[in-house]
Amino acid sequence: MKKNIAALIAGLLFGLGLAISQMTNPAKVLNFLDITGTWDPTLAFVMGGAVLVTLISFRFILKQDRPLFEGQFHLPTRSDIDGRLLGGAALFGIGWGLAGYCPGPGIAALVMGLWEPALFVVGLLVGMWGFRRLPPVG
Amino acid sequence: MTIVNFTPWAGLIGGLLIGASASLLLWLNGRIARISGIVAGATVEPGGDRAWRWLFLAGLLGGAALAFWLVPGSLAFQSDMPWPVFLVAGLIVGFGTRLGSGCTSGHGVCGLARLSPRSLASVATFMATGILTVFVIRHLLGVGA
Repeated sequence: MKKNIAALIAGLLFGLGLAISQMTNPAKVLNFLDITGTWDPTLAFVMGGAVLVTLISFRFILKQDRPLFEGQFHLPTRSDIDGRLLGGAALFGIGWGLAGYCPGPGIAALVMGLWEPALFVVGLLVGMWGFRRLPPVG
Repeated sequence: MTIVNFTPWAGLIGGLLIGASASLLLWLNGRIARISGIVAGATVEPGGDRAWRWLFLAGLLGGAALAFWLVPGSLAFQSDMPWPVFLVAGLIVGFGTRLGSGCTSGHGVCGLARLSPRSLASVATFMATGILTVFVIRHLLGVGA
């Protein structure tokens, strides 16, 4: 119960942050990526502000034996850079540059009640489902 | 290059809130705030605890609604792309983030803070292909420039 409320509050803060910084507006993201044209550096401040906090807080949090409401930390353990990681990131960047949405802002923008975010999220779910249907590799 | 619509303070405040969210989720629940992983875990991935993931996503929507309501000017949507592009982009982003184990939040906000070499490689790659994609669309094809 406590961890569900914690997740709800964390989601709330995340949604507030994305919307206040206007990452829910595709033009803000596409202008950030348009470094040779109409550049909008805002996204670097969003990312920078977030990493500034996590860079410090994660140091302290990960010194604890366990999180407050769970038995253990659930952290990624891999450190190898392989073709799947880079290929996946390359694809993600292409999709990001096409519409100006990554998963968080695309979902948060659903509350605008517009077709574009809704179609993005439908595509997102189908793409994730399609990946699950593939036979496992190595 | 011309700088347009730059909103550093709104960006910084939004970023600090996102950082606070990721900190809270790790400190309390021991989880990485990786939106693509949370969405997949709430929907297409079998097993696992779905309740907290759905609540996180509900919070995401609630937080955005609250900001649009309280912060003047935050509710904006500008795009030159026809709607089918959003569907195709969603497909590519959904597949790519699963193949590459993360997106802007998991690899960007959380992975960089953990100084993960995988996340650094991921961020460098998706930034590069994102910039390249926008360059091709706006400056080579001349759409939406």
